[in-house]
Amino acid sequence: MSDLVKKNASELVSLLQSREISSVELTTEFLNRINATNGVVNSYLHVNDETALLAAATVDGSRAAGKPLHPLAGLPIAVKDNLTTTDAPTTSGSKILEGWVPPYDATVVSKLRAAGMPILGKTNLDEFAMGSSTEFSAFGPSRNPWALDRIPGGSGGGSSSAVAGYLAPIALGSDTGGSIRFPASVTGTVGIKPTYGAVSRYGLIALASSLDQVGPVSRNVLDAALLQDVIAGHDPHDSTSLPESLGSMAEAAKKLDVKGMRIGVIKELTGAGFQTGVSERFNQSLQLLADAGAEIVEVSCPSFEYAIAAYYLILPAEASSNLAKFDSVRFGMRVAPEGNPTIERVMAATREAGFGPEVKRRIILGTYALSSGYYDAYYGSAQKVRTLIQRDFAAAFEKADVLVSPTAPTTAFKLGEKVEDPLAMYLNDIATIPANLAGIPGISIPNGVASEDGLPVGIQFLAPAREDARLYHVGAALEAMQDSAWGYNMMSQAPDLHDLIAKGGF
Amino acid sequence: MSEITPDLVRHLAGLSRILVTDEEVTHLTEQLSLIVDSVATVKAAVEGDVPATSHPIAMANVFREDVVEASMTQDQALSGAPDSAQGRFKVNAILGEE
Repeated sequence: MSDLVKKNASELVSLLQSREISSVELTTEFLNRINATNGVVNSYLHVNDETALLAAATVDGSRAAGKPLHPLAGLPIAVKDNLTTTDAPTTSGSKILEGWVPPYDATVVSKLRAAGMPILGKTNLDEFAMGSSTEFSAFGPSRNPWALDRIPGGSGGGSSSAVAGYLAPIALGSDTGGSIRFPASVTGTVGIKPTYGAVSRYGLIALASSLDQVGPVSRNVLDAALLQDVIAGHDPHDSTSLPESLGSMAEAAKKLDVKGMRIGVIKELTGAGFQTGVSERFNQSLQLLADAGAEIVEVSCPSFEYAIAAYYLILPAEASSNLAKFDSVRFGMRVAPEGNPTIERVMAATREAGFGPEVKRRIILGTYALSSGYYDAYYGSAQKVRTLIQRDFAAAFEKADVLVSPTAPTTAFKLGEKVEDPLAMYLNDIATIPANLAGIPGISIPNGVASEDGLPVGIQFLAPAREDARLYHVGAALEAMQDSAWGYNMMSQAPDLHDLIAKGGF
Repeated sequence: MSEITPDLVRHLAGLSRILVTDEEVTHLTEQLSLIVDSVATVKAAVEGDVPATSHPIAMANVFREDVVEASMTQDQALSGAPDSAQGRFKVNAILGEE
């Protein structure tokens, strides 16, 4: 394998800018890697060979002609398959949209194109982003490049496995309850959920509109910052996008000094329920931060106890409404029963055939939560819990500049282990969900491997709304401290993907 | 225990426009009961007068100038439709025969 694919995005950008490599060469390297490994890892549902190479050649031509280019021009990227692309099918991991080519690009996709970033392909996800493992994808699960019999996290396991397995230097994901951060945690990569509204949702196939946010997936914090700087900003097509700029994340990722920074450990997200190796690594990183002059304080967020319950009412309620558009009329599948059925029967037959078990479960649960007679008790209470969680955060941010917790309670579990147990699956997101309910930004960065199983562990930082820069600041600082304390970069500990594939047995 | 019964699941599936088999109804009844029992804890979470939050970041209405802008063409809008005719989406009968 070429070492080029193992380089960080920021290094590749320098090589492109100094013309040591061309975008066509670089894009070809990644397409070769995808060709050799995607059959097993299943990161991509669709590979864009031709259009990616065309975009790369255009950038190379412009560079040769001395035209002004975006700093990231020529850097290839992977895009989660719930973001619309006019030149590639967009399925959201569902049979109901198999083969659908959207008539418009998502705003974030338009921004990538405008920056001259070739799109390598569309990455796998749990159907309509409902899940934590990619096992609910209609097109088969993705595999974790650290251990091929394990989940790469979800819903964005296609993007996380692509970045962790060097099938892409960088990727886009979406995070509704942890779908960027949980996959990052279990694959040793970086994932950010920006502040709600920091990035346009136009062209993101909606799961739960008040929770969804698009964000970067990468192998280091600076790379993610560079990508957030490309995709962020107000979009007239998304009335919930923030009108103001949040500043440069790349600049924030270069401030490595945490002296005097107040870091709040969330009491409710430590200790019982977290795997030993996860807790060990968490405490080690707190020590590194303290040694560097950060002030570690404890904060309490008592309402987090109800976060998962509130989330699994609000999300299904919004999803049941958002997914009503898959009605066999305007796009996607149509299944007609025998005879001369009415449109209602066609819809019901289409949705039976087109949706998988988790999607059906959540639509029906959402329909229940919104039914008259139950609305106040369930959905109404969940919305009040949301207020309590926001109040907990507000109080915590009085005491701390950023909050910290493990990203997830465990390392990657085995494929098949939780697929029949929805409640066990939902618990993976215990530490990530509160940020979505409150709209605040969160980052997961690699935090070494667990002593008991040698698998990646993640650490999560949270900041107040609009303070995404703080996450890049503290994340990049901790990353630099880890590398110097350990004497190696986390990704160097990952097994060779070709060796794992050759060994088989997964 | 929650009040999720097979009949309720059938009713909810009907409202959701999802055809379900008897086997699916049995399975869903069991799973939804567990989930509903678990999420029902929110009912006990809130004491006193707490306002509801429907949207995480407070925002006002967004307006734009009332000028015509480019939009999707009819062909583009119909490009993904399972069936269309004369520039429209074509669907089965809306009303049954009964």
